[in-house]
Order: sequence, then structure tokens, then C-alpha cells
Amino acid sequence: MTDFSRLQSALAENFKGRATNIRARRENELHFQIARGDAPRLAEILRGDFNAELTLMVANDRRADKGVFEIHYLFVNNRENWFAHATKDLPPGDPTIASMATFYYPASRFEREIKDLFGLEAVGHPDRRPLVRHAFWPEDYFPLRKDAAPLERFDDDGTPFPFLPVGGEGVYEIPVGPVHAGIIEPGHFRFSVVGETVIDLKIRLYFTHKGTEKLFEGRAPAEGVELAERISGDTTIGHSLAYCQALESLAGCDVPARAKYLRVILLEMERLYNHIADFGAICNDTGFAAAHSHCFRIRERLLRLNKRLAGNRLLRGGVVPGGVGHPLPDGLDPSTGSGRSLPAELDSVIADFDEVVDICLSNTMLMDRLEGAGRLTTQTATDHGVLGCVARASGIDIDARRDHPFAAYPWLKFKVPVFETGDVQARAMVRVEEARESASLIKQALAQMPGGAIVASLGKLPAWEPAFGLVEGWRGAIIHWVMADDQGKLYRVKVKDPSFVNWPALSFALLKNIVPDFPLVNKSFNQSYSGNDL
Amino acid sequence: MTHYILEIAQALLALLLAPLLVGFVRWVKARLQNRRGAPPWLPYFELAKLFGKEVVMSNNASWLFRFAPTIVFASALAVTFLVPLIAAPLPFDNVGDLLVVVYLLLLGTFFLALAGLDPGTAFGGMGASREMTVAAIAEPTIALAIFGLALGAGSTNLGRIVTATLANPGVAISPGHLLAFAALFIVTLAETGRLPVDNPSTHLELTMIHEAMILEYSGRYLALIEWAAWLKLTIFFSLLANLFVPWGLATVLTPATLAIAVVTLIIKLAVLGLVVAVVETRVAKLRLFRVPELLGLSFVLALLAVTSSFLLR
Repeated sequence: MTDFSRLQSALAENFKGRATNIRARRENELHFQIARGDAPRLAEILRGDFNAELTLMVANDRRADKGVFEIHYLFVNNRENWFAHATKDLPPGDPTIASMATFYYPASRFEREIKDLFGLEAVGHPDRRPLVRHAFWPEDYFPLRKDAAPLERFDDDGTPFPFLPVGGEGVYEIPVGPVHAGIIEPGHFRFSVVGETVIDLKIRLYFTHKGTEKLFEGRAPAEGVELAERISGDTTIGHSLAYCQALESLAGCDVPARAKYLRVILLEMERLYNHIADFGAICNDTGFAAAHSHCFRIRERLLRLNKRLAGNRLLRGGVVPGGVGHPLPDGLDPSTGSGRSLPAELDSVIADFDEVVDICLSNTMLMDRLEGAGRLTTQTATDHGVLGCVARASGIDIDARRDHPFAAYPWLKFKVPVFETGDVQARAMVRVEEARESASLIKQALAQMPGGAIVASLGKLPAWEPAFGLVEGWRGAIIHWVMADDQGKLYRVKVKDPSFVNWPALSFALLKNIVPDFPLVNKSFNQSYSGNDL
Repeated sequence: MTHYILEIAQALLALLLAPLLVGFVRWVKARLQNRRGAPPWLPYFELAKLFGKEVVMSNNASWLFRFAPTIVFASALAVTFLVPLIAAPLPFDNVGDLLVVVYLLLLGTFFLALAGLDPGTAFGGMGASREMTVAAIAEPTIALAIFGLALGAGSTNLGRIVTATLANPGVAISPGHLLAFAALFIVTLAETGRLPVDNPSTHLELTMIHEAMILEYSGRYLALIEWAAWLKLTIFFSLLANLFVPWGLATVLTPATLAIAVVTLIIKLAVLGLVVAVVETRVAKLRLFRVPELLGLSFVLALLAVTSSFLLR
């Protein structure tokens, strides 16, 4: 149990009774209510004195039962593994929040998102442009409010997005997308260029906004899994596990030990196939297609393993609330299996991959492209709250598997590779190292896994209580925040994919690079459009 | 009369072989990359498909945009009349020499760049500016490399260069010839949009050079431009093959010598195609600003070729 006495006395001292209902929850969470206008001060204290950063902002329409809008702030201390969860109420008559955007970049994006989806204005926000809202729905239509009826028609009102123009002699713009030549998702990139040198890049996303968070509402908890699995097609386990962990945390459900190990296996299989495919794709964008086709072949081997493991190539149906969906099939279990078991398969996959990596690393022309391209400095990465392998390539030592252990990770040994240079090479090498660690983790999990049940009953969800699940997906830390209503149905689900914070950092990584290096730099980030747009 | 028939036959041969050569290079690359690959004759179907499709054109495009494909194709086709593909000396040798070949090729490039700029899209302008950067360094190198050979032969006439080498086989391995070959090989990769300068199989517009200029083209116009590009590859391969290794070319016109010439040409093109495919598989694309360094290297090689040819004359 984390000792929150210092934080509690700081709250009492600074807010003089305005921080109420202070209660510790689930080992390492301190929940409390704050008054309107206190959030910026709270952020300053938590950041300055407690080394805790804002990781999530959730708006919630509780006008029906409580008569207010709620804003929840989730702060996290990665070193000491604790969370501070602050809630404030906004009266529906004057639903405005005090903006933290001027000193906290991640808050800036959350506040713009909340304004578009809930109509809760952040007073003093320096950037008043819409984030989620394209010109297809009216300015006074807020889809995540409970009383928002679906619109009959969605028509573009023709308003161009107010991109910041970049002027000067010889400066010109290259607009790219939202429709691209490859099989990728839509996003608009606007380069301001002098010669071939990029002096500014604006990224406009949210073309794949599907109303995912709204679709969760009213579903039974188990019915949310299939939705979570589809938030980003390549992060099935990452999202479904974060979602299930949030439910389990809310219901106080204990997942059986065997299921925890199986969850590690599933999550690491997902990391493995994505990292290997990414490494090949990075090489492909330098024109070195041979590495790509071999990495794709290895990915295919892994997808077929996935199919045997979970009955689905993308591991859908792998995780369920309270446990996992499938027992370990006999053929892959090293203790019972006949034929090639999972550890033997993985050894062969990693040997295969290592050979490709060796060929790539010894190709000087290829390495020359990767080195120094798209450098994201540690400072910029920190300012943006960048997550996952992009952060670890820029010298930020974070990994939710180690910092906030979940599933069976507390009992497994693994390294967290961190590179300092922040260039494409570092991002490629983080993936290589992590792929090797993933294989080792799966083998350890198989060796240590106890017998027993693989799923526990979730139980009833308590009403109007917030809870969250945090998982290190292959892109980075994923958070699902849930609240159930008094029927035990989902009232509000907030999803944060690491792409939400990593996308803006791409613009900064690209500055002073040349235009033809953009696809390479972008590929080394490889962020999710769907996970960001929701 | 036979002379004209020979010239026309040679041009037709180049037109016919060009798609197959490109298809072959693609097929070898696919094999080297662990893929099955499309059959080498696929480009013929590509042409047929493109000629059958309607032309979609930007409202901003002017007459230049419609006009350019014809010029690009015609200039490449004209060169096939001047380059010894199957016979040397050629009847048209007196019509145009090495300089005409270089400037005909440049004419096509020039109009392609104009056509890239014409519709006013960002990619077209980007491709045109990059293509001109490459061409500005590559074109002089072609001329200079062939000058290295011309010095030895005492003429800028391609036919006479070939016959001089045939008469005195030893020069084929002289330093001048070898250096010029290396220079021309690098330029061939650059001028025909191959790795490590340009990636012919990429879909990433921002990295393109040649492809970026022709993004706006469709239908028969695209077919003409593609065909011209393939023709250019055939021309450069033939220059590499026949100027430096002229054996097999028909010097007297009999059916037997011509048949041998056609077969040896196909073998030479296949060998070069194989080499280029291997090179393209082994290398990554250079960072755009490194391309002038590579082309600068080829220019220096060409300069050395001229110098050594002059000194060892």
C-alpha cells in the first residue's frame, strides 16, 4: 500500500479544505474531489513536488443523475508507481474549465478534445482550433453528451482548417493526404518547405473518428471487449487487456495466476509480430525491400502461431474480463506438447529475424539513411509526454510493464532497452531489442506458468466509480478508464492510445530534415490513426 | 533501301524489347527479395491496359501537358535510330552523333519536367526540381564518358567508336574504357530512375523523382511516358553493352549476322538487367542530398577516362 500521507498533507495545505472526499483505493491510487479552478495549481504541485505527470483527462456527462459535468484528471508517478485521481464537478449552466495548456502540452490536446466532444470550454486555452471536429458536424453539436441525438446528415460546411501559414521568400507548402498511395489510414500532412528542407509540419488527423467511446456506452461489460479489440487493428491485445484490467480493477476481480501468464504471452506475441514487421517496413522505406519481404515472411509465421494460440491471427478473442479466452493448445505447450512447442518456434523465429537484422546493420547505405534522420530530442519528447518505444528511443526510460507491473510481469525478468539518440536508427533498434526480450518473456512465462483456472467471474460493477487499466502495448502505454451506471452497464469509457501523445511529436522530429526523409521518419514512429481518432 | 529497313527494324526491336527488359529486371528483383514476382511479360499487358483507358486530366493542365508525352516518346524513339543496337556502322550515323543522342535524351527530360510543373500540383513541381538537379550533373557525365571513347576512336560518331573498338580489341580493357564504363553505369542508374538514386517501385510520393513528375498522367499519355522510360533503359543498356563490348554487332548485313546480333543483344541486355537487379537489391536509396556526391563521383570517373584516353592515345 502506497503511503499517501505526504500528498494528503500537501492537498490539505494548498487547498484548505477544497480537496474533499480523499480516499486511497486499490493499493496505489489516491482519489479525491477538487474545486473548480484548482486543477492548474494541483498539476503544478504534483509535477513540482511529487514528480507526477498528467496522463489522462476524462470528461463525463453526469447531468442525468448528478446534475453536473465531471472532469477527471489522472496523474501518474512512474518511478514510485502511484496514481492521483482528481475529480471536479462543473455546473451545466457554466461548464468551463481552467486551462492548463499554457504550461502543460498534453493537457492542451485533452482540453481541445473535450471541447469538441463535450462542449466544455477551457478558459485561457491558447489554441482555439478544433481538434476532433471536422467541419462535418455543427459547432454546437457535442456527440459525447448523453442527450446528443445522432444527426440526420453530416455535411461539410466548407470551412477550411485554419492552418498556421508560414511565410517568407522561397517557402512553399506541400499538402499530402488525407488519402495516401499506400494501404494506410487517412491523415493530412502539410509541409512548409524551403528547397527540400522542412521548416514546419502540420498534422491533421481525426478522419477516422468513429465515435468509439460513444459506442461503449450502454454495453454490458463483456460486450465491450470486441469493441476494444478493434480500436486499433494491430493492438488487439493491448487495448482489450487495458479494457479488461479496468473492469477487473473496478469490480475487484482477482484474475487467476495462469491467466495472468497467458496474458503476458498474448501481449508479447502482439509486440513481437508488430516490432518485426515495423523493422522491415523501416528498411523498406529506404528502398531496401529485401529486409521488408523477409520481415513480412516472419510476421506471417507469427500470425499463424497466433492463429494456433488464440484461434485468430490478430489474437482477437484472446483476452476476456476475468481471464483469457483460450487455454494453451496442447501442440504449443512445452510440457505436454508433441511436435514443435512455442519456445522452439520462437527460437527459430528470433534466429530468422536476427539474420535479417545482421544483414541490415552491415549495410552501410541503409544505416546511413537511418542514422541521424528524424531526431526527437529527449527534451521535446518529455515536453510532449511521449510514450512507448518512441520515448525509449529518445532516452526516456519508461515501460509500464516495469513501472506499473500488471498481469504476470512482476514475476518475469526483462530488460527495458533505452537509446539516447532519438533518430530513426534508435527507434529501429529499440524494436529489435524489444522483440528479443518479448521472445524471452514468452519462454519464461511458459516455464513458470502454474496450472489452474484461466478465467474468473467478473462480478457486478459498482455504480458511478471510476477505475482504469494501464497496459504497455507494443506502441506504448494504453489507458482505458471506465465507469459503470447503476444497471451495471458501461456509462463512460475513455481510451488513450499512445498515438494521442506521440503524433504531435512527429512534427518536431521532422524539423530541419528533408522532405524525402518524411516517410522513413513517419514509419519509424508508426503511430495509429484509428487509435488516435477513436 | 535496306538501310532504311535496318534502321526501322532496329527501332522496332528496341520498342519491342523495352517492356520485356523492364519486366525481367522486376522479376529478378522479386526473386532476389524472396517473392514470386509478376511474369516478365507483364509490362506488355500494362501498356495494352493503359492505351485502352480514358485520359483523366487536371483542369489546370495546358496544351503542354498533352504535348509532352509525344515529345518524350519521340525523342527516345529517335535515339534508337542513332544507337548501334544490332549493326554498326549505322546508315544514320552521319545524321547524328553522340552529342545529338545526349541532347535528344535531355530534350525528353526537359519536357517531362515542364509537364510535371504544368498542372501546378506540389508533387509534380517537387519531382521536376529533383529531376533537373539529377539531370544537370548526369547529362554532362554521359557526354564526357563517351568522349573518353571518342578520343580513342577519333570521332564522336557512335558507329565509328564501335568499329574502332572492333578493329583494335585491346582498347576494350584500356583504363579509359573501363573508367568510362563505370561512369556510364552510375549515370544509367540515375537517368533511368533506379536505386540508389530513385526507387521505381515506391508508392511514397514524397521520395519520388521520376514518378512524381508523371503522377498526374493517365491512360494513353501515361502509356507513352512509361514506354519512353523503358526505352530509355534499353538505350542506356545498349550503350553500355555495345560501346564497350561491341562483339556480336553485325558489321556486314546478312541474315545470319543480324540474327546473331539480335541474340547477342538480348543476352547482353539480360546480363545487364541481372546486374542492375542485384545492385538494386543490395543497396538502399541514398539520401537525396547524397545523390550529387554519387553523380559527382561518376563525373570524376568520366573525366579520368577522358584524361587517360588522351594521354594513352
